[in-house]
Amino acid sequence: MSLLNLSVSELGRGLRAREFSSVELAEEALERVDSLDGKLGAFLRTTPELALEQARAADRRLAAEADPPALCGIPIGHKDVLCTKGVETTSGSRILEGFRPPYDATVVARLAQDGAVVVGKMNCDEFAMGSSNENSAFQPTVNPWDAERVPGGSSGGSAAAVAARLAVATLGTDTGGSVRLPASFCGVVGVKPSYGRVSRYGVIAFASSLDQVGPLAKTVEDAQLVLSSIAGPDRRDSTTSAAPVGDLARALQEGVRGLRLGIPREYLAAGLEDGVRGVFESACRWLEAEGAELVEVSLPSTQYALAAYYVIAPAEVSSNLARMDGIRFGPGEPQAPSLLEAYELARNRGFGPEVRRRVALGTFVLSSGYYDAYYLRAQKVRTLVAQDFSRVFEKVDALISPTAPTPAFRLGERTQDPLAMYATDALTLPANLAGISGLSVPAGFTSGLPVGVQVLGPYLGEAMCLRVGAAVERAADVWRQVPAGFDG
Amino acid sequence: MVGVDREDGAGGLDLALVAHLSRLARLGLTDAEMAAILPQLRAILAAVGRLQEADVSGVDATAQVGGLYDVMRDDQVEPGLSAGEALANAPSHEAGLLRVPAIQ
Repeated sequence: MSLLNLSVSELGRGLRAREFSSVELAEEALERVDSLDGKLGAFLRTTPELALEQARAADRRLAAEADPPALCGIPIGHKDVLCTKGVETTSGSRILEGFRPPYDATVVARLAQDGAVVVGKMNCDEFAMGSSNENSAFQPTVNPWDAERVPGGSSGGSAAAVAARLAVATLGTDTGGSVRLPASFCGVVGVKPSYGRVSRYGVIAFASSLDQVGPLAKTVEDAQLVLSSIAGPDRRDSTTSAAPVGDLARALQEGVRGLRLGIPREYLAAGLEDGVRGVFESACRWLEAEGAELVEVSLPSTQYALAAYYVIAPAEVSSNLARMDGIRFGPGEPQAPSLLEAYELARNRGFGPEVRRRVALGTFVLSSGYYDAYYLRAQKVRTLVAQDFSRVFEKVDALISPTAPTPAFRLGERTQDPLAMYATDALTLPANLAGISGLSVPAGFTSGLPVGVQVLGPYLGEAMCLRVGAAVERAADVWRQVPAGFDG
Repeated sequence: MVGVDREDGAGGLDLALVAHLSRLARLGLTDAEMAAILPQLRAILAAVGRLQEADVSGVDATAQVGGLYDVMRDDQVEPGLSAGEALANAPSHEAGLLRVPAIQ
């Protein structure tokens, strides 16, 4: 059995007991990527030299330090929107082909300080825009549970690699569900921290008021260990919260007895597949059996959240992606006859269809004459969405729902219909608009496909999300299941 | 305010406006690309038109959710990237400067 099947704490015990070394663990991860990723497409590139250098350093720390960090020597992967010093970082886009950042993102640096070992960069939808990973300019990633289905997006490579045991944990980014959705589709845990809980320094921006970095891992505890490493204030990101992160590990053991958990009526509306509903109802029964009180609640502005998101996110895209001009990074068009043509050629050649749609849409909703009717109105609706959550969190400790209305869908099924693709995120994106905490935890299967339960907590309520997520995980007891073809 | 043409449902977006957006956003869309993107954008705008139904009277706009204002740091000089590091990814540079095609 591969060592990559083990949890972080199990691996940590083995590393400390010298049953295996960090170098051996990294080599095993890299060998698994070489032999198995051809059918998955989760990695855009591996970083064997960096991995072995970091693993050798981790082995030295494990030998020398009395209490090395929990992640010391653990193989991880970074979504390709995270800047890695000297390692190509493309955001899944042709416009950044060849870009080697001159610095590390804060989250990358923090995991490196804790001794984690980077085995590669993970595939994603171009600039994290998508729900299926089919918008990557380089390759699609497929779902390890069914190669004809998508892994979800936009952190699809990050989720698929953890599910297939090619990395122990990965980082993704969640702007409208891009960690939680692929976590649900691939049967892994994914955390979306509250806005400002984790630094965005060195994260190639998609929508700056919504983006957050979050971990994907096999277990809630593994995800907590990564979150504890990356969370907290960063003087390089002025939007990070100064509030202390606290001891997130304690939450895992607290259980749900005495908690009031809300089920948003609007999240169980039409469009929810029966198999997903069944798994979710099982999870509800488990939580009740563990002593939680379940109550129905209403988030009435949910009906407008998708529309508000698809105005606000494209607006921020049109602004953020203006820097992708082929002058300072990317292949560019330096031989173009004029500067204007250099911009247009570089962007036309460099941006895929979804990015073009969002840039055009964002430019439209921000333009004079349309700003009030679209952008300003969407920002007001955003206030209503946030107020809905504030109101229910006065009455309940957390919210639970399915992460997505369906399990993983077929490759190509939604690529011709942007609106169908957008609707995939209907249950996840309200949390981004409100800036609250959330996670997705595997709760079971329908027709052989994983189904995740979403837990939403208040602003900076990560501990509550982990607490409820750990209870679902214990009852579901599915995390050791490995997709066929990736066991062994 | 021009406002939303409710009869149209898609903000009156037509090929001429798509061409204007393409120029503004430096997308360089070809005629065929504009013809392809127009119905997609119109469908999205029709869907987000639902926003017009929401009652937002008296509601403040939310631009960001962290609740932080005027975050300052100490005014201290710190080392940054060298010119060489900053230019290392540029497709064209010369004598420590970015080189770009002529502005016409």
